[in-house]
Amino acid sequence: MSLGVIMLVHTGFDRAEQMVRHWADAGCPVVVHVDSNVPAAAYDPFEQALRDLPNVRLCARHRCEWGTFGLVAASQEAATLLLEDFPDVQHAFLASGACLPLRPISDLQHYLDAHPDTDFIESATTADVPWTVGGLDRERFTLRFPFAWKKQRRLFDAFVKLQQLVGFKRNIPEGIVPHMGSQWWCLTRQTLDAILRDPNRATYDNYFRRVWIPDESYYQTLARLHARKVESRSLTLAKFDYQGKPHIFFDDHAELLQRSKAFVARKIWRDAHLLYRNFPVSDQVQPNAEEPHLGAVDRVFFQAVDRRTRGRQGLYMHSRFPSIDRQVSIAAAPYVVLQGLGDVIPAFQAWLTKQTGAEVHGHLFAKDRVHFADESEVYRGGLSDNARLRDYNGKMFLSNLIWNGRDQHHCFQFGPSDTQDVCWTLAKDTNASIWVISGAWSVPLFASGRSASEVRAEAARLQRIEDKFLKILRSPDARARIKIMTLAQFIESPMDVLQTIIDEMAGHRGNALKEVPRMPDLTGLPDFLQDLKNQGMHPFLTGHITDGNTQQTKPVQRRKPYVISGK
Amino acid sequence: MRKGRELASVTDRTAQIGPDDILLFCTFRNEDVRLPFFFDYYRKLGINHFIMIDNGSEDTGPAYALAQPDVSLWRTDAPYGDARYGVDWLTYLQGKYADGHWTLTVDVDEFFVYPFCDTRPIRALADWLDASEVRSFGAMLLDMYPKGPVGQTSYARGDDPFETANWFDPGNYFMSQNKLLKNLWIQGGPRARSFFATKPKQAPALNKIPFVKWRKPYAYVSSTHMMLPRGLNLVYDQQGGEKTSGILLHAKFLNTFGDRAAEEAERAEHYAFGREYKTYAERHGADPDLWCQWSEQYINWRQLEVLGLMSKGNWA
Repeated sequence: MSLGVIMLVHTGFDRAEQMVRHWADAGCPVVVHVDSNVPAAAYDPFEQALRDLPNVRLCARHRCEWGTFGLVAASQEAATLLLEDFPDVQHAFLASGACLPLRPISDLQHYLDAHPDTDFIESATTADVPWTVGGLDRERFTLRFPFAWKKQRRLFDAFVKLQQLVGFKRNIPEGIVPHMGSQWWCLTRQTLDAILRDPNRATYDNYFRRVWIPDESYYQTLARLHARKVESRSLTLAKFDYQGKPHIFFDDHAELLQRSKAFVARKIWRDAHLLYRNFPVSDQVQPNAEEPHLGAVDRVFFQAVDRRTRGRQGLYMHSRFPSIDRQVSIAAAPYVVLQGLGDVIPAFQAWLTKQTGAEVHGHLFAKDRVHFADESEVYRGGLSDNARLRDYNGKMFLSNLIWNGRDQHHCFQFGPSDTQDVCWTLAKDTNASIWVISGAWSVPLFASGRSASEVRAEAARLQRIEDKFLKILRSPDARARIKIMTLAQFIESPMDVLQTIIDEMAGHRGNALKEVPRMPDLTGLPDFLQDLKNQGMHPFLTGHITDGNTQQTKPVQRRKPYVISGK
Repeated sequence: MRKGRELASVTDRTAQIGPDDILLFCTFRNEDVRLPFFFDYYRKLGINHFIMIDNGSEDTGPAYALAQPDVSLWRTDAPYGDARYGVDWLTYLQGKYADGHWTLTVDVDEFFVYPFCDTRPIRALADWLDASEVRSFGAMLLDMYPKGPVGQTSYARGDDPFETANWFDPGNYFMSQNKLLKNLWIQGGPRARSFFATKPKQAPALNKIPFVKWRKPYAYVSSTHMMLPRGLNLVYDQQGGEKTSGILLHAKFLNTFGDRAAEEAERAEHYAFGREYKTYAERHGADPDLWCQWSEQYINWRQLEVLGLMSKGNWA
C-alpha cells in the first residue's frame, strides 16, 4: 500500500479508534497525533487499544489550540514519523478523528495511483480569494496575533485594530507567496519530504508560528514551492458555515454523502450511528474510478449560509426580525396601493380584478373593518378583519398579508378616511407601488348630494390628511414607486393611467383594456368645488377642474397588435 | 432563595444526572391525564432527566410521575401567582441542578419541535448549538386546535393530543421588540383572532426561549418568555438573516379546556389574575370553535419551516 494516513485526534476516542482500524485494516499505515491537552485517563486506554495494530504509530504530542501553530507542529511530527517508518508510502493523507471515509479505501488508493505526481491541496492566494473569518485574509500574514481568538476575543480584536491603525506590517520571508485553503490535504511523499527537509524550514516555521490559523496556510503556501503538480482541491469533503465553523453531518445526510462520491467527509457527529454503520463502504472487487461530484452537497450548505445571512425576504418571525426601518424592501413581494381611483370610478375594484386577475382588496385600512378582496371575516393565514387587531400592529398586518399571499399580486385601496399609521411603511417599501389621485375624495362628497356648506368640514379634514400623506410620499426617505396626479389631470386622460396600472400589475399578461370602466358623471363638480371655495375651504389638491375637463371622454380604441403564430 | 423553602422534595433522583445530560424542567397541577404522553414524547426526543414540580395536584398525577425512573419530583402547595407563576421555583431548582446542562423548560401541554427533530435527537441540537457557541434557542408557542368545537374532542390518557388538535393558524402573528430586555414580544394566532380582537394588547404572549445551556446566574423573567441576562433573549437576527429556531406545539385546546378555564378563572393564579382564563370563560361559556377555512393541518416541522413559523437557519 502506498497510501499513509496522518490522523489528528483530540476528542471522541472511540470513534477515532474505529477510524484508525478502518484505515489500518485496509493496509494503510497510520500515524496518530493526540493533543497533549488530553489527560492520561483518556489517552492511555486509547493507546492500549491500538497496540495490536502493527502499522499504527502514535507520535510525540504537541499542544493543539485552535488557530495556533500547534496543529502544524502536530502534523509535521506525524508526517516525519510516517515517512521514516513506512518507506513504501507515496501519498500522505491528513485526516482527523472525525473524518469518515465514505468510499472503499481501495478506491482512494486506485485514484492516487492514477495521479502519482499530484498533490491534492486546496491553495489559493489571499490576493485573489476573499476567504474570511473575522474579516482577516491578507492580514493573517502581516500582523501579529499574541491573543487567542476564542478566549481573548476583545484583546484579539483590539490588538488587530491597533496594528491596522499604526500601520504595522510583518515581513513575509523571501520566496514564499501566502496561500490559503482547507487544512485537509493529501500530499505526495516527494512534496511532503521537501517541505520537511527544506533548508529554510526554521525560517518558515518561525514566520508561521505567528501567522493566524497557520494550519490553513503553512502547507498550502509551502506546497507551492515544491510541488510538481498542485491540484487545488481537497479530497476531504468539509463544508464551513458563515462563521467559518465546520458543518456537522448527521444520520439524515446519508443519502447526500452517498451520492457525493467523496472519498472522505468531515465532520461527522459522534452519535451518527447510521453513518458509522453505512460507511465506509466495504471494498469491492473492482475499484470505482468515479470522480467526486459535490454539486448537491454544495447546494444544501450554500442554502444554509444564505438563509442564515440573508433569510427570506418579507418574513418576520421569532428568529428573523430585521429592523423594518432599515430594510430597503419590507414586504415579501411587489404590491400596488391605489388612492382615489375607487372614489372616481364606480365599481372599480370588481373591474380591476377582472382586468388583471390580481388580488384586489378594498380599503384594507378602513376604520370600520378590513375589506379583504373577498370581504371575508378571516383571510389567508388567519388574518382577522377586526380593525382594532389590525391597527395594533399595522406594519405586521401588511407584511403578513403579503407574505401569506406572496404567490399573488396584491393591490389595495387606500385613502384619507383610512387609518394612516401605515403611511411611512408604505412609502419606505421598495416593493410598494403607490398611485395617488389627489383630491379624489371630493367626488363621493359631491355625489352624496349634500351641499358644500354641509360637507365643508369633512372635505377640509380629508384634504389635511391626504396632504400629510403626500408630504410623506415626497420626502427623500420615500423609496416606493410613487405616482401622484391631481384629479384634474386624471380625468383628462383616465385610460392612459389605468392602462399603465394594469400593465404594471399584470405584466405581460395584461392586454389592452378589454372593457372600459364605467366613468362617473361629473357634471356639476366644478360648481361644487367653487361652492367649497366660496365657503372658505380651498380644495387645492384636486387641481384645476373646469366644465371642459369633466365632459365624458370617449376612449380611444387601441389597435390590437398583430401576432404571427409560429405554427 | 426564599422560594426554595416552599419546595418539598418528594423523590430526588438527581444523583443519576450525568455531566452531559439534557434536563427538562416542568411545573404542573392536576395533569394526570396528560403526563403519560408528555414523558413519552420527551423521552423519544432524548431528554435524560425530568425535574418536575407538583403545584398542589389533587389527582394521581404526582403518583404517576413518582413511579418514573427518570423523574425527580418536588411538591409545593404555595400559590402559583405568588411565585411569579412558578418561575421562582424553577429558577431555584435550575440554579441547583442545571448549571452546565442544556435545559428545556416547558409546560405539560407544550411540545418542542425543532428542525430535523424527526431524524436528529435533541442531543444533536445541543451539540450543534455548542459548536456554534449559541447559548439559548427560541421557539414560538403555536396554538393547536381541533376542527369543530373544542369541547367535543375526547382526549384520553396517553393519547397523542395532536391526533385531534392538529390545526393551527399559519400567518397571523405580530411582533415587536421589547427595548428593555431585547426580546421579541409576539402575539397573534387563534386566541388573538377569536378572543382578543377587540383588546389585542391583552392577547397572550407567544415568544418563548425554552432551550438554554444553563448557567447558575440565569433566570427566566416571566414564564419562559424572556430571560436574564438579556443577551439570552437575542434568539433572532436583526440584519435580515434567520437564526435556527423551533416551535412549541401548544395542546391547550382539548376537551379538558372548558373545565380548566372555569377553574383557573376561579383560582385567578395565572398572569394578571387569570384574565386570559376569564376571557375564555366569559366569551365561551359555550364551546369555542377556533377552526377557520385558512387553518392549516399539521404535518411535520418541514411544513412549519416552509410557512416561515420556524427556521433551519444555518443548520443543514
